[in-house]
Amino acid sequence: MNRKDWGIFLGTVLLIGVFPWMVKPFKAVSHYIDVMVFAGIFSLISIGLSMLMGYGGQISLAQAAFFGIGAYSSGILTTHFGLNPWAVMPVGILLAAVVAWLLGIPALRLKGHYLAMATLGFGVIVHIVLNEEVKWTGGPSGMADIPGLAIAGRKLTSEIAYYYLVWTAVFLVLLFCFHVLHSRIGRGLRAIHEEETAAEAMGVPTARLKVQVFVLSAVFAALAGSLYTHYVNCLTPGSFNLMWSIRFMLMVMVGGMQSLWGALLGTVLMTFVGNEWLQVFADFEVLVYGAILLMVVLFLPKGLVSVIAQGFSSHKARPSLSDGSS
Amino acid sequence: MGLIYALVAIGYNIVYNVTEIINFAQGEFVMLGGLFAVFFAGTLHLPILITFFAAVAVAGLFGFAMERFVIRNARSTSVMSLTIITLAVSIMLKGTAMLWWGKDPYSLSSFTAGGPILLGGAAIQRQALWVLGVSMLVVFCLTVFFRRSIYGKAMLACADNPSAARMTGIPVRQMVLFSFVMSAAIGAAAGVVITPISLMEYDRGALLGLKGFGAAVLGGLGQFHGALAAGAILGLSEAFCAGYLSSGYKDAVALIMLLLTLFFKPEGLFGSKEAAKLKKF
Repeated sequence: MNRKDWGIFLGTVLLIGVFPWMVKPFKAVSHYIDVMVFAGIFSLISIGLSMLMGYGGQISLAQAAFFGIGAYSSGILTTHFGLNPWAVMPVGILLAAVVAWLLGIPALRLKGHYLAMATLGFGVIVHIVLNEEVKWTGGPSGMADIPGLAIAGRKLTSEIAYYYLVWTAVFLVLLFCFHVLHSRIGRGLRAIHEEETAAEAMGVPTARLKVQVFVLSAVFAALAGSLYTHYVNCLTPGSFNLMWSIRFMLMVMVGGMQSLWGALLGTVLMTFVGNEWLQVFADFEVLVYGAILLMVVLFLPKGLVSVIAQGFSSHKARPSLSDGSS
Repeated sequence: MGLIYALVAIGYNIVYNVTEIINFAQGEFVMLGGLFAVFFAGTLHLPILITFFAAVAVAGLFGFAMERFVIRNARSTSVMSLTIITLAVSIMLKGTAMLWWGKDPYSLSSFTAGGPILLGGAAIQRQALWVLGVSMLVVFCLTVFFRRSIYGKAMLACADNPSAARMTGIPVRQMVLFSFVMSAAIGAAAGVVITPISLMEYDRGALLGLKGFGAAVLGGLGQFHGALAAGAILGLSEAFCAGYLSSGYKDAVALIMLLLTLFFKPEGLFGSKEAAKLKKF
């Protein structure tokens, strides 16, 4: 992380830290804490996806499926077997990692966009399994009464507790990702994104790096799934279908896929759009999401972050050398 | 049913051959073809032959608009953003279809009236023969088109090397436009012939498209005959799964086969290893 990123990081931590106390006194917006918990959970997914799309140059349409693997692993193991939520969290994560690895190796060994279709297919399979295995998952009607999390014997009950837990996870993941991006792996990934053939010629193990970053994104999604399960305490397959995978992609695209800050910004924005402002469209939100996605790709391929960065650099009247996180 | 996958697969092949884009909207064209056929035949009471061509033409128009007004205007021309654009177009088509036709499935009467034909103890729906006929015709025409006609050869040249094709005077952009129109029309043709058998509703596109892609990969990308055979294999294995295992998992069969193909034989059943290595796919 360079100085600019540290500055943004500390500023964001501060902002997120005081946010609940800013909105809590006001009845009209106090439920924004709840929205922000979801935004945090989704951020874990979109940060991973941003690593894959923005740096690995690959599209995944299975993020909702990995999210579901994490969520249902936690849900099933805690309700059917009565295990401790913390103890089973790694199970879902490990499962998602293994699956992503198995999926990623054949799909990423080939050039082009096999992964997009392979993950699309995998996402649909997971959705079908969640609907069919009624005995374990409750089928289309889902599962309920999943226990919440507890820290040091005290159950987390308030939204604020989950808020801080989730956002702590987000910031740890962010730190980890920044570290990865500024290591050898990150430089390799950026080289792949620029020009895969050249990267390969320079000795970057392109296929291996892409698989690794894909597994990483799956791990984050599964972690988000576990947290989600214990926060909402119930699960239905509808939260893990293709539309959600597209929404995660949209979050990344809106913010700007080549910047982790973009993923964060886009996620918070799109979560508010989805949970608060788009409710009036009900069934037609599909159309709205499609339109937003199309507009962003057509007119703003670098996302909102590029607009903000431009605004800043024109104020300072000098071009900024580094944009976003790179 | 399998032949429908084959037709969808051919649609993928055409666009992929020329542009390297995986057109996520391919399945939606099938849906549009079916629903427009319902509109022309059911609402306007046009005869079936006119309905067929009208629905195909309308879908072709959508394909044209998609390339001309959306794909061509993209600022970033990386394959990744273009692929995302087709994804966005696909969910917008789906949303529009839902606005227009609602969520109910629609039916269309068979092309020719009459009960099923009995053939050696098995009953065959008359419409199934239409499906077979149309798919065969499409594959035959395409093979001739790509092997014999100057346009077909020009399109293949764009696939091999766009810059070289441009230098020899082939209008690459026009070919790309043409490939989208063609794949949309073929998808729509599949939609029209299948609607009498399996009904059609606004959200069928994605799954049909995905299974079609499964067939395309299984048959080896770019191989029209391979796609036909792979489509038939997929359709049969689905029917077996529904009959002997569980109908709920029917839809998963094609997807599992897609993943297995990617895993063990990425060049497809009928593609050659050497060709697969040359292709970027």
